[in-house]
Amino acid sequence: MNYKMVLKSLGVLLISEAAAMSISLIVAFIYKDEGISAFIYTIFILLLVGFPLTRLKPHSSNLYAKDGFAIVAFGWIAMSVLGALPYYFSGMTSTFIDSFFEAVSGFTTTRASVLSTVENLPNSIMFWNGLTHWMGGMGVLILTLAILPTVSATSLYIMKAESPGPKPGKLVPKMGQTAKILYGIYLIITMVLVILLITAGMPVFDSLIHAFGTVSTGGISNRNLSIGAYNSIFIEIIITFFMLICGMSFTLHYQVFKGNIGALFKNEEFKFYITVIGASILLISINLYGSVFASIGESLRHSSFQVVSIISTTGFSSTDFDKWPMLSKSILFFLMFMGGCAGSTGGGIKNIRVLLLLKSAKSQLMKIIHPRGIYPVRLDGRIIDDKSVAEIMSFFFLYIFIFVIGVIFVSFDGYDFTTTLTSVAATMGNTGYGLSMVGPMGNYSIMSPLSKIVLSFAMLIGRLEIYPILLLTVPTFWKKD
Amino acid sequence: MRIIIIGAGKVGYNLALNLSKEKHDVIIIDNDQNVIDKADENLDVFCIKGNGVSTGALQDADVYNTDLLIAVTNSDEVNMVCCLTGKKLGAKKTIARIRDPEYAQELTLLKEEIELDMIINPELAAAEEIAKNLAYPASVNIESFAKDRVKMAEMIVDKDMPIVDTKLKDLSGKIPHKILIGAVIRNGEVIVPDGDFEIKVNDIVYILGQSIYIASFFKDWKHHTKKIGNVMIIGASRISFYLTKLLHGLNAKVKVIELDMEKCTEFAELLPHVLIINGDGTDEEFLLSENIGDMDVFISLTGMDEENLISALIAKQNGAKRVVSKISRMNYMTVINKLGIDNVICPKLITTNQILKYVRGSTVETLYKIVEGQAEIIEFVAKDDCKILNIPLRKLELPKDILIATLARKSKIIIPRGDDSIQVGDRVIIIAKNSKISDLNELLKVPVGGIHNELQNGIKKLGSFINK
Repeated sequence: MNYKMVLKSLGVLLISEAAAMSISLIVAFIYKDEGISAFIYTIFILLLVGFPLTRLKPHSSNLYAKDGFAIVAFGWIAMSVLGALPYYFSGMTSTFIDSFFEAVSGFTTTRASVLSTVENLPNSIMFWNGLTHWMGGMGVLILTLAILPTVSATSLYIMKAESPGPKPGKLVPKMGQTAKILYGIYLIITMVLVILLITAGMPVFDSLIHAFGTVSTGGISNRNLSIGAYNSIFIEIIITFFMLICGMSFTLHYQVFKGNIGALFKNEEFKFYITVIGASILLISINLYGSVFASIGESLRHSSFQVVSIISTTGFSSTDFDKWPMLSKSILFFLMFMGGCAGSTGGGIKNIRVLLLLKSAKSQLMKIIHPRGIYPVRLDGRIIDDKSVAEIMSFFFLYIFIFVIGVIFVSFDGYDFTTTLTSVAATMGNTGYGLSMVGPMGNYSIMSPLSKIVLSFAMLIGRLEIYPILLLTVPTFWKKD
Repeated sequence: MRIIIIGAGKVGYNLALNLSKEKHDVIIIDNDQNVIDKADENLDVFCIKGNGVSTGALQDADVYNTDLLIAVTNSDEVNMVCCLTGKKLGAKKTIARIRDPEYAQELTLLKEEIELDMIINPELAAAEEIAKNLAYPASVNIESFAKDRVKMAEMIVDKDMPIVDTKLKDLSGKIPHKILIGAVIRNGEVIVPDGDFEIKVNDIVYILGQSIYIASFFKDWKHHTKKIGNVMIIGASRISFYLTKLLHGLNAKVKVIELDMEKCTEFAELLPHVLIINGDGTDEEFLLSENIGDMDVFISLTGMDEENLISALIAKQNGAKRVVSKISRMNYMTVINKLGIDNVICPKLITTNQILKYVRGSTVETLYKIVEGQAEIIEFVAKDDCKILNIPLRKLELPKDILIATLARKSKIIIPRGDDSIQVGDRVIIIAKNSKISDLNELLKVPVGGIHNELQNGIKKLGSFINK
């Protein structure tokens, strides 16, 4: 491994984090709140650590797949550790583990809070939390790729390791250009949403935080009751729509921006995503009608908001869905695993993987009927080679395997089945809310420090799609040759 | 510029590497998944798996907005069809690699009918390169600039040469010719020397000057040029075919050795006046029986790099006066430089350089890369929109490691001093280390105005500062 080059990249990353944090510092000065000193200290530490690292002189500037994964894994851990300092310095969380949990949940767009109330947080700290969601949604390293002028070809490895989906591709020939386009689209969507939320009657600061939470599919809110606090159909419709489109692939957005609207209807993953959402809304609405809500309109309103919120792994709540009947809750639970589309800001296993697994299962079935028949797995008219299918299968297995390990660790705390299972599923899928004690009305402060660390890593593993973090546990990964 | 490259083999890959470094948008189309994966992982380019002939793949690559389409697949026919389709679909310019000797006869017709803008024949180019080098002493590579009026010689300094241990400012006293030492390679590193630089034995120097002065510089030096007499070529490849024809024109006696009987017959049919021998070019005894020691020039041109190198070494040991070898794998370059082979020819590199030269457009006339692109020697024509016209050179604050080497003005060749200035129509030859120059105006240190520019430079500075 090219240690010096990896460390140097980490230095650049930490300096970028300091730059991002100075925006929060400005917010702290505007509101003159407790955040000022916390941010100044942290920025100082970030520069103190980051600057010497950027001065390293590596023998070669080549980065290979291994180095790319290392940069992403260490980068996210380092960023979370240092990004946790403002929470700790400002005294918002009592222990450093809590601060770390809070920071990880920010960068991974999970919004699994240990705070019982968010309404008395200083605005600047809230803003920092929102900003970490926003940056983490599209990827922090991709942000540095977009901003810094010197991007080598090998930084593709970084993009591969950081962006969600089995085969992240470029939009245009240049890596840096691709990163710029992605962030450009992201920024436009965010700004449009902020303006819409303000016109819908949300206060300016709230709309900024909620826009961060929506486009990053993080689900951060500065109200204890989340979106439910506003009780406005208009706001819910706007947010539902934006959660829906941010759970879609940004490649599709690019196509649509270029005027190729037909691409939407040709994309099988998108069609699958919409079908799953439609079916879930329908089932849950029928289940809710009469038992929880008296009118069809009301059941449709809350079911659609909740389904989109969970499948896009945003995790906003418009109502306490923990009180919903079993069928609705189990559908929502499985949607946590499903997640958004590849190349979106959402988490989870991703629709494309589930779709390909279904297709490959179907072709296996057909092979029993016609043993000598050839049934290739196709997607968008192209044949997916066996290697890619095998990769997806092992990904799926690892996802479930790590879920099981996580559940076993969290079980030490001795909470009920629903809490234990959903806490791991919701953190790994980067949704945030689970059910029961970690549901919309609960939070993660009940967990033991061990569980908090396990869940923090579950969030990182979920966001970075397993491999970068898992590779850190493989001994040969560390060897020099 | 938006460039589509069809075929990511040796040449395609290398082109993509260089073009993407020069900030062009490069799209590669290839049929082979492995090749695509390799390019995708190592290069900052966009890869499409598909057949470059199919309009579907070309449309995926957005051929309508493409400035240049380069077809360098294995097959001449595919290359031609790619370019034809590409042009019809809207590619502004097309370049095809066409290497079959049969088509080579019809190139001009093809060029017109298929509307190709450039045809590269790597083998022909390589043969021409070899023939050109043979006219000069061994261990010297010659490159032409300013339509052949300026020559650049690359050579290793040995202890008998008059310029050894001389400071450059004292050079004009030692040799009568007006020449300039533009770049020196010492220990694998390129140096753009100044007046206090002292030349040492084993330096590789790049000497520029008017063609006659360069020629007479070598004449005065004791290894002066000899007429090429006996030539032995190993391998009846395409390069051998072109080269034999060229050498035949120079009245050399050529002997071609080839292992494959079928190829021998084929060659004998094509070249009736040449002696073809069926035998193994790596068999020392056989080579000795063919009087390898008496050869003025020995050239190994088989398809196998290893065989070429072994034959070349055998020839060198047995006293062939000048040994030339072809290699196709760039990775061997560093090792080979130490083996004592006089000239090494790499067709891939020649092809790449030719295309790069073309891509750099009308402002750049000739381009030559040294030490894998560490430094470049570039020729520009000063147009009237050039911002550094008529300014004495000493008043221009040139960026570091950039040297204005020669000015070719009408019939005059000027090695510029501080008082000289660039005039309209001059051909300006520049040596630049570690920087890409694609326009004369880039020589101005201070960029020309505008907040946008300032901002861009600011960000660039910040970026390079962080990345330092």
